[in-house]
Amino acid sequence: MQKVYTKIESIVGNVISVRAKGIKNEELAIVKTSSGDSYARVIKLHGELVSLQVFAGAAGISTGDHVRFLNQYMKVSYSEDLLGRVFSGSGEPIDKGPELTENMIDIGGPSVNPAKRIIPSKMIRTGIPMIDVFNTLVESQKLPIFSVSGEPYNQLLARIAMQAEVDLIILGGMGLKYDDYLYFKETLEKSGAMSHTIMFIHTASDPTVECMLVPDMALAVAEKFAIDGKRVLVLLTDMTNFADAMKEQAITMDQVPSNRGYPGDLYSSLASRYEKAVDFEGAGSVTILAVTTMPGDDITHPVPDNTGYITEGQYYLKGGRIEPFGSLSRLKQQVNKDTRDDHRALMDGMIKLYSSYKESLEKKSMGFQMTDWDEKLLKYGQLFEAKMMDLTVNIPLEEALDIGWEILADCFKPNETGLRSDLIMSRWPKKEA
Amino acid sequence: MDKMNGRVTGVNGNMVTVEFDNDISKNEVGYIHIGDIRLKSEVIKINGKLASLQVFESTTGVAVGDDVSFTDEMLSVELGPGLLQQIYDGLQNPLPDLAKECGFFLQRGVYMDPIPNKDWDFTPVVKIGDIVTQGDTIATVPEGLFKHQIMVPFTFEAVDWKVISIAKKGIYNVREKIATIENPKGEIKELTMVFSWPVKKAIKIYDERLRPDEPLVMKVRVIDTFLPVAKGGTFCVPGPFGAGKTVLQHMESRNADVDIVIIAACGERAGEVVEVLKEFPELIDPKTGKSLMDRTIIICNTSSMPVAAREASVYTAVTMAEYYRQMGLDVLLLADSTSRWAQAMREMSGRLEEIPGEEAFPAYLETRIAEFYERAGKVRLKDGRTASVTIGGTVSPAGGNFEEPVTQATLKVVGAFHGLSRERSDARKYPAINSLESWSKYEGIIDNSKVDYARSILFRGAEVNQMMKVIGEEGTSVDDYIVYQKSELLDSVYLQQNSFDLVDAAVSVVRQKYCFNKLFSVLISNFRLTAKKDVRLYFNEVRQKFLDWNNVEFDGERFKQIEGEIDTLYKKEFTSFNEASEKLL
Repeated sequence: MQKVYTKIESIVGNVISVRAKGIKNEELAIVKTSSGDSYARVIKLHGELVSLQVFAGAAGISTGDHVRFLNQYMKVSYSEDLLGRVFSGSGEPIDKGPELTENMIDIGGPSVNPAKRIIPSKMIRTGIPMIDVFNTLVESQKLPIFSVSGEPYNQLLARIAMQAEVDLIILGGMGLKYDDYLYFKETLEKSGAMSHTIMFIHTASDPTVECMLVPDMALAVAEKFAIDGKRVLVLLTDMTNFADAMKEQAITMDQVPSNRGYPGDLYSSLASRYEKAVDFEGAGSVTILAVTTMPGDDITHPVPDNTGYITEGQYYLKGGRIEPFGSLSRLKQQVNKDTRDDHRALMDGMIKLYSSYKESLEKKSMGFQMTDWDEKLLKYGQLFEAKMMDLTVNIPLEEALDIGWEILADCFKPNETGLRSDLIMSRWPKKEA
Repeated sequence: MDKMNGRVTGVNGNMVTVEFDNDISKNEVGYIHIGDIRLKSEVIKINGKLASLQVFESTTGVAVGDDVSFTDEMLSVELGPGLLQQIYDGLQNPLPDLAKECGFFLQRGVYMDPIPNKDWDFTPVVKIGDIVTQGDTIATVPEGLFKHQIMVPFTFEAVDWKVISIAKKGIYNVREKIATIENPKGEIKELTMVFSWPVKKAIKIYDERLRPDEPLVMKVRVIDTFLPVAKGGTFCVPGPFGAGKTVLQHMESRNADVDIVIIAACGERAGEVVEVLKEFPELIDPKTGKSLMDRTIIICNTSSMPVAAREASVYTAVTMAEYYRQMGLDVLLLADSTSRWAQAMREMSGRLEEIPGEEAFPAYLETRIAEFYERAGKVRLKDGRTASVTIGGTVSPAGGNFEEPVTQATLKVVGAFHGLSRERSDARKYPAINSLESWSKYEGIIDNSKVDYARSILFRGAEVNQMMKVIGEEGTSVDDYIVYQKSELLDSVYLQQNSFDLVDAAVSVVRQKYCFNKLFSVLISNFRLTAKKDVRLYFNEVRQKFLDWNNVEFDGERFKQIEGEIDTLYKKEFTSFNEASEKLL
């Protein structure tokens, strides 16, 4: 029988301290209070004084409440039974289904040996031209979606969840509005994608500590499925809330803040999560797509800034569209050489023309005279935005490339596009007379 | 073997406080025992009977009262033949061997022999009775391209040691006894080919340090011509994310004119290391005709690996660099990124509850950075040979703002600054080095006065460009417009370089000099053109020719042909040289 400690010495924020012996770092405990039980985790040992982080928050905990240590670490159940289920940040079911206690695995496990990694080489098709054509998502890639609050990033994630060609989707929601949670659930159920989806959801009204556990839970399960050969796509929204939860925790613990109140280990903490993205040789893979909202559209804010250094590019969502300029997939070169012979050239060519369109647009707004060429560009830009950038467009890569050629043919003569002659010979649409 | 002489009294993240019985020293290595697992850690603070240890592994499961054993040794690396081609983590654990042992994941508490257990073809160079001292060569073994010198351990006292026995020429295991030596006090030591050295101490067994005066050619035009690096010098590459720091470093690691390259991937993406791991063995070093991996050591402590080991990794790397310098070799150490190393110090400082400096970095940040870069240097060894360690570090400033503490502390101590800018990388102008802001204190491969003149064109071109944004092209004088076009020409055909083009990716010194001179004559010439439209068309044509020229083999037939076309084009509109600058030719 485990010993029960009854004297809580201090309660600060979500952290309580008790005096106990033989306790291990990061061990789990149960705090019994009048309002119910909560899990807690050891985060600091100082002599006999043990500091615990209470998952359900310390509100309502009395100094006379009971703490029982469990002599085990944070774990999550892993089996096929997880599919279609929804769990809270501490791993408890919130979909009225049965609790899963079998085959428990550790969360936040060790990192993958760099010597065992392989160069990523497989594309993930999403049906979204701005991703498939211009910034291809690659298996084992980690990419944030930078966006401002109010942008339809959750809708984008839901669409990717429905359309992406992977075996398994794991959705981690942090600080999600309850409406958004319902939106995800309903959309995925309606589309039938729920059967291969697992959700770990922390809503904005849940205790902050659970927010910090969501990525670890989601990624531990993802990693296990990947080792068993599944291609897993992990969708996280919103990592800024995760970082803010860390900030809250750090300040409660009297840690010295480094930049705008965030703790000094922000980079390492984010990196240890993102680096779980991996392609296992001879097994499956983990790909991470994580929404990071930028407070005030400021890319130099510590969260997007640190994220940018960790991830392999970013999607920049602005005005309801994935912007071709701020966005970048660093791994696209690994895959877009093998899709179709015109993929790379068309991608570069169209982006260059779109950038010229932006210049013409600027000239126009400043009242300069428009030349023929400017008019052509203006037409092109509008077509490009409507047929490619619009997020409702849902077509396979090949079709998107064909449409690309059609747009070019609609607006320009072949030699105005700057594309290679051999491609133009083979791909330029023949106009019906 | 280890004495248990301490007990854990507190745990805070990766810092553990330990109560100890015997004497211990700062930076001594201790092991925390949890059951069968031993976690390596380093003493970083001692206060009364309590020591603070930074643990190089995850501290999950450490409990108050756990045993701790101290080793009497500072954090050290093993030095000996077989370091080349290896891939180590920050504590010199060989990662491929670890993968064989533990599979996909890095299991904590597993430490393997850093130097591969291998036999070497041993040739003694001293005889019984010879007098040697620390750092003296007693034998050689062939290690790939080099004659690896087996030396008297650097930790030995600098007194006269007499050789008592030395193995005959033959094949010996790296850890086999190969010699015994005796000091004047009569103490006898047995030597193998391997010894260790504390990483945080610089190896200073040389006659004198020399001024770094010989250019280290990177085959990158903007660096070699405008922002040169010297053998034995230091340089830093700060830049926001996505500006191409890592691509630039990979270019440097492939092309640098040195004997050995050590890459310290410190707290960066694992994916980037993987690219090096998979690419380098395939790439051929043009200098030696062998695989690039033969001259490379990789120290890789990526962002998700334990933070404390990240702090150690740059020291591990620089110690190996110094070791090979002792053999008369030129070594280049590339550290990516020193900001992550500084952040590791910051995390530890926070846990120690030290009073924070700017942006919560510890107050000793600047001294540590200076100490690290000062380990670079060109030296004259005792036998008269010169050798060097060059250090290049990337910096990842928060928000891409160079005003932050790590960039500023680094700029104070380095000899060259290659600042990358987001505007240039967004415009796909690679390498995205902002040559207006960057500087170098070293001698380059091209006459300084010419380079200064070319640079002044860049400055004036940038000014005209700014002006044109306000008053439009029509308000600019033709002369100014020509200066602007000249600066654009210089930028696009010389400063920019296509690392994916087979020819353009690496440009030899001879070619750089040749092409620079050709370009220089354009820069100092006056032209017949009077209309801006004609100027633009003309310079477009010139630019296209130079770009074509960049992509063809040097001194080949095509090269000469394009050169002829450039000359014709040039003479067509040429009127005279700028009087002031003609003497530079």
